[in-house]
Amino acid sequence: MATATKVAAAPAAPARPRRRPLRWLPLAPATVLLLLFLGGPIGYCVYIAFTNMQLTGAATTDFVGLDNFQRAFEDDNFRNAVILTLVFTLLSSLIGQNTLGLALATAMQRASKPVRTITGSIVIAAWVVPEIVAGFLLYAFFRREGTLNAILDWLHLPSQNWLYTLPILAVSFANVWRGTAFSMLVYSAALSEIPKEINEAAEVDGASGPRRFWHITLPMIRRSIGTNLMLNTLQTLSVFGLIWAMTRGGPGNRSQTLPVFMYDQAFNKSLIGYGTAVALLLLLVGAVFSLVYLRLMRDEV
Amino acid sequence: MRPTAPLILTAAALVAAAGLTACGGGSGSDPDTVKIAYNRSTDNKIRFKDNFLAGVKKEFEKANPGKKVKLIPIQAQDNDYATKVQQMMRSPKTAPDLVYEDTFRINSDITAGYLRPLDEYLAKWQTWDQFVDTAKAAAKAEDGKTYGIPDGTDTRGLWFNKKIFAKAGLPADWQPGSWDDILAAARTIKKKVPDVIPLNVYTGKAPGETAVMQGFEMLLYGTGENPLYDPKAKKWVTGGKGFEDALGFIKTVYDEKLGPDVSDALDPNVGTTVSSEWLPEEKLAIDLDGSWLGQNWLKTGGKPWPEWSKTLGQAAMPTQNGQAPGKVSMSGGWTWAITAKSKNPDLAWKFIEQMQTKKNAVEWCVVDAQIAVRKDVAKDPRYLSSMPGITFFTDLVKYTHYRPALPVYPQVSTAIGEAMESVTTGDASPDKAAESYGDQLKTIADGATVAKD
Repeated sequence: MATATKVAAAPAAPARPRRRPLRWLPLAPATVLLLLFLGGPIGYCVYIAFTNMQLTGAATTDFVGLDNFQRAFEDDNFRNAVILTLVFTLLSSLIGQNTLGLALATAMQRASKPVRTITGSIVIAAWVVPEIVAGFLLYAFFRREGTLNAILDWLHLPSQNWLYTLPILAVSFANVWRGTAFSMLVYSAALSEIPKEINEAAEVDGASGPRRFWHITLPMIRRSIGTNLMLNTLQTLSVFGLIWAMTRGGPGNRSQTLPVFMYDQAFNKSLIGYGTAVALLLLLVGAVFSLVYLRLMRDEV
Repeated sequence: MRPTAPLILTAAALVAAAGLTACGGGSGSDPDTVKIAYNRSTDNKIRFKDNFLAGVKKEFEKANPGKKVKLIPIQAQDNDYATKVQQMMRSPKTAPDLVYEDTFRINSDITAGYLRPLDEYLAKWQTWDQFVDTAKAAAKAEDGKTYGIPDGTDTRGLWFNKKIFAKAGLPADWQPGSWDDILAAARTIKKKVPDVIPLNVYTGKAPGETAVMQGFEMLLYGTGENPLYDPKAKKWVTGGKGFEDALGFIKTVYDEKLGPDVSDALDPNVGTTVSSEWLPEEKLAIDLDGSWLGQNWLKTGGKPWPEWSKTLGQAAMPTQNGQAPGKVSMSGGWTWAITAKSKNPDLAWKFIEQMQTKKNAVEWCVVDAQIAVRKDVAKDPRYLSSMPGITFFTDLVKYTHYRPALPVYPQVSTAIGEAMESVTTGDASPDKAAESYGDQLKTIADGATVAKD
């Protein structure tokens, strides 16, 4: 927010007011498109969230004030969905995608070219696959007669019905599998920007590998870490297709994160108003995360 | 900002909006085309509905030169099909002219204003006299108007595999007298024929109405009078003893592992699995299911299985303790309805007439294994000889119940599905699940609920 005000305030200083509208002109199409296609739907969502609109079963749509939000906060299933969303985000985005992406990027920097190419293309393949296809692939991997249990059987380890016993872990793993490539790419780019001399100098001074990583590499890619965390988190918060294809939020509601809960309310239970209110709350959660990350990134320079 | 900036913005927005609206307007409907939305089976081998409609389309286009029929198959499981069609019907740009509507959802969609009353057409349509009264009432709304033409009905009962029964030492003319008899048979099978699934009762959220009607309501309506809705008080019944007992039965089935593996039971496509794998591959001993199952095993079906009529037996579902009238069944069915936003209602009606010529009506009842709702079809020799067991299921009509035909029923159904799922997975005990069903019901019915015993 603060950054935006600064940018807006800056051009006010030079005293050439006549040219301003013209300078703004090239941006007009972009602004209009954003307002139409981003602002429009969000505005419509805000309106629906305050009504009792239903997909079926009601003739009229009335304004109900804050009823939908009140209902959400009193709803055990909503609270369950919030907790699962946080667990899912923490497990799969912060711990999984981010850390694994960094580890892969670091390891690949030291690897030989063929290894790098092969690993890179395999990881990126997971990312290129459309979400729904990835969902079915992982469903086939985790299901009772699936690949994972076949491997476990072969190793004489106890197998289990992963999608039934540990659904949230299974979908988190799926998201890690799918999203790590993105972090890896971001970190590969960031790592290659670090001048070799600094690391070499530290090595001459006798700094060990882990210490160099902690004191040189990490501080130098902090900005990328911030950006990557933000993008990862926002993407993970809105994951729907993957979970829907694998578990539909079930069994019970043990993998029902907010987007799945929202769909269930809006389309299975036909409560579009309530579902949209939940969508707005999800938007709010995303906004809080981004504000935190933006703040972290601003302070560090 | 200078005042010119918002001005440019507004002007540009208007231009863009105008342009977009123009694009949208072009895709409106063509006065010579009837668009028909229907659900296609999720099993790629099952295409008898598609074939039937394609046949009628051909006849229709021949009889009405210059007119076209556009079939819009929606390949999805029932809940998703309904969601998709409702979304289509919301906008005049996407609304089909004719939709296939399940009777349990039609009142909800009528209230939402998606459908068009057909009384005007019915007044001039002589075939309507051939429909039995219950069928005429199936798509009649609270306003007294009729919104859909039913194309058949169904009943429900127990299907059992005689070969597996013989192995387990159970009789080939099995007829359980109470729920306990069913459980006892299932336990015997589990002990003597361990490699088959003893008993399938649909459950959970994902199978949708399949679980609620074939599974839960077949049990619930065997516990007493009007266990779901009290028509005299006009109130919904919160989970009482019958409700808990029905959930208890499901709990027993899944706790004692008499049913399929829980993750299979909660799969949205379990219905297809039962009819095209478990039953024909003789992996399932007893199945609480619909009268239409035979449709899958006909030559036109997805899994031809000529021996089914010898292998499978049918038994009526008993009431809980065998109390009068001793047997229970549920009936539903589907209807064809014209959407409110349709631009070609007259042409759509003509298509319905084409589907309901006697020849086509018989054909449909035969390929879809429907129980006829038309008197002339019910007497047709081709219909009568079409399916072994058709007399059995037609006889169940006297024990049958209909679901409360009210707009909120689909929401109630979803709440029941949740209660079943929480009991099946062991997340809640039957009384706890019944209690949270009661809470949900109060919100759904806006407080119009009543407690029973």
